Amino acid sequence: MSEEKDDKKFTTISIPTPLAEKIKKRIKGTGFTSLSSYVTYVLREVISGMEEEEDEAFTKDDEKRVKDRLRALGYID
Amino acid sequence: MPKPHGGRLITRQIKKESYETKNLMEFEINTNLSEDVLNISHGVFSPLEGFLCNNDLQNVISEKRLSDDTPWTIPILLDFDKNKLNGIKEGDSILLTNKEYGLRSILSIDEIYTFDKKKLAQEIYRTQDMNHPGVANVYNMKEHLLGGKITLIESKTREYDEYNLTPKETRFLFKEKGWRDIVAFQTRNPPHIGHEYVQKTALTFVDGLFINPIIGKKKIGDFRDDVILASYDTLMKHYYLKNRAVMSILRTSMKYAGPREAIHHAIMRKNYGCTHFIVGRDHAGVGNYYGPYDAHDIFSQFPDLQIIPLFFRSFSRCLKCGSVVNDKICPHDPKDHINFSGKKIRELLRDGKIPPEDMMRKEVAETILKFDHPFVE
Repeated sequence: MSEEKDDKKFTTISIPTPLAEKIKKRIKGTGFTSLSSYVTYVLREVISGMEEEEDEAFTKDDEKRVKDRLRALGYID
Repeated sequence: MPKPHGGRLITRQIKKESYETKNLMEFEINTNLSEDVLNISHGVFSPLEGFLCNNDLQNVISEKRLSDDTPWTIPILLDFDKNKLNGIKEGDSILLTNKEYGLRSILSIDEIYTFDKKKLAQEIYRTQDMNHPGVANVYNMKEHLLGGKITLIESKTREYDEYNLTPKETRFLFKEKGWRDIVAFQTRNPPHIGHEYVQKTALTFVDGLFINPIIGKKKIGDFRDDVILASYDTLMKHYYLKNRAVMSILRTSMKYAGPREAIHHAIMRKNYGCTHFIVGRDHAGVGNYYGPYDAHDIFSQFPDLQIIPLFFRSFSRCLKCGSVVNDKICPHDPKDHINFSGKKIRELLRDGKIPPEDMMRKEVAETILKFDHPFVE
């Protein structure tokens, strides 16, 4: 696949030629200006669903404090 | 519950007794920058851990993304006058302070750099016109920037802080309420019927509504912050199910960057734990610098944003339909439409009059009129 040449910001990835041809047909008349912009869009969408969350819990004291605040606002019983 | 932006909710706060600051050079920052410090330290701006360094700034300007490819559209910058921080260098730490906020926060300086104001204005605001308030702010910035992580030591409680929940707290609240899908509504005004219609239309498809007024610096003639909060309290009390709507304030300055700011607003609400975000006509716009639906169109550039925008057009009341409509659902002539004019409502309230009930709830109007001075003077 052809890529913009910018050593710092872009890299070259190989995909099968028939797939590249299919994508080129698919993006005709859409807002995508290149094969690269389409592949970037799809990969960003896919990879964003894989981010891992580190869910940090409250300490018991903090949880009590937060619950008291939320009760005062009438948001929890 | 959606993951925080960038995958991790940032907390940059330490207990004040655990860090020695007496040898640090102090730097008094203004209110807007203090709000940025608090928003970074409480995770509202996750994944930012501090003020942007130059590589991130350049990437935000050109790509609308941080240098690690995370979507980010509004630069969070700390400018300074080199004469006031004489002798500081990269690798140093300084103490950021603000009297009004009782703020004390350490900044570990990773980079000291300059920036191109014209380029920043053009790319972020799409104009170099000084009449644009965001552009004017850029030109008023000092010439040098400090990039680096911040660590909050302390800040004092301020008015309305009972409504000021951090992302960690709102995420806890949403879990307690058993909400999976939450829609965020941003506002800077008391609610009229059009706002209520938008909120309830969105709420129909999710579990909960997160009303999130922006509180802070206002123009003369704007509604006062306490008026906005009281009017929403009244609306929620009389017209919302108790287990379906909550309100929390957001202290941040409006940049009026239109489409770019709409993305920024969505990111903040994602960090609060919202799955959906309401984007109206000319969101975060000012004057005629942006097209009415530019703030809708920009979302197509971000397949990885991980918060669903709900696009709303202008609503009005159609006399023939006898209901609230927009141009996608009503076939009647605009002459049959009454617009929910914020200007008209303000004029009536300024004269001490209750607006018609098809524009604003009577209870909301009465709440506003209980204030001797509901507008910023």
